[in-house]
Amino acid sequence: MTVISTHKDAGSLTLTIVAEFDATPEHVWEVWEDPRMLERWWGPPMFPATFTRHDFVVGGESRYLMTGPEGETPRGWWRIDAIDRPRRIDFANGLAGDDGEPVPGVKPTSAYVILEAAGSGTRMTTVTHFVDVEQMEMLLGMGMEEGMALAIGQIDSVLPPSQSRAKHWSESA
Amino acid sequence: MVVDSALTDEGVDRIFQALADRTRRDILRRAIQVGESVSVLSRHYEMSFAAVQKHVAVLERAELVTKERRGREQIVHTDRATLRRAMTLLDAFEQLWMQRVEQIANVLAMTEGEAK
Repeated sequence: MTVISTHKDAGSLTLTIVAEFDATPEHVWEVWEDPRMLERWWGPPMFPATFTRHDFVVGGESRYLMTGPEGETPRGWWRIDAIDRPRRIDFANGLAGDDGEPVPGVKPTSAYVILEAAGSGTRMTTVTHFVDVEQMEMLLGMGMEEGMALAIGQIDSVLPPSQSRAKHWSESA
Repeated sequence: MVVDSALTDEGVDRIFQALADRTRRDILRRAIQVGESVSVLSRHYEMSFAAVQKHVAVLERAELVTKERRGREQIVHTDRATLRRAMTLLDAFEQLWMQRVEQIANVLAMTEGEAK
C-alpha cells in the first residue's frame, strides 16, 4: 500500500493524503499532465473517467465525465491555478452539468499537489480544501459512493500484508 | 461510508460550525467519557462561565452534546453517534483519494518503460 498518511481536519474541512511511489517525480508528474494517464486513475474503479479536455497550463481548464455501472455520466471540471513542474500543481475541481460546463453557483474545491523526491521514489502530498458541507455532499452525490465501497474491499483483500507500509492515522476532532 | 440521508444539510452545517472552534472540540473531548458539568468545564478555559455555556449551546444545537440536569448542575454529555457522522463526509473523500493513489501506483507500474 502506497498511502503513508492521511489527515482529516473537520474544523477547516481539509483532507491531506501523503503517498509514496516507486517512480521519479517526472514520471509521477506525467499521471497528472497526460490526460490518457490521468483518466486511468481519477475516477473510482466503477466510474472510469474520460477527459475530453485537459489544458495543462496556468489558467487552463479541463472537462471530464465518469461512466458509472448504470450508464450514468457524472461530469466535472478543473481549472489549473499554478504549475511548478515537476514539483507542484494547484487546481480547482468542480461539478459540471449535463452540458459538461461548470454548474453556476457551485463552488469548486481547491487542491494542491506536491511532488518531492524520496529516496529512489517520489512522495506525493495532496491537500484538498472543501468550501462547505453542502459542496462535499454535492460532489459525493456524483455517485461515487458505490465505487468507493467496492474498491475498499478490493484493497483490503488483494494487498498482502508485506506490501503494507506503516500507516499513521491522525484525525483532529 | 454512506452519508446518512436522515441528516439535513442544515443539520450537517450546524455540526461543522460547532466543530470549527477549538474550545468546543475540547469540550467534546472532556465530556466524552463520563460527562462534565458546565461549571467544571469552565475551569479549563480562560473565559467566563457564560461564554462556556454559549459554546455548549452551539454544540447542543448541532446535537453533538446533550445536557442533563443533576440537582443544580448541568451535565454535558458528548453524543458520539453524531460526532462520528460529522467525520463521514471527510472519510468518504479520504477513501476516494486512497483509491486514486492505488490506481496511480498501477498506472506508474504499467508505464514504467514509457517514461520520458
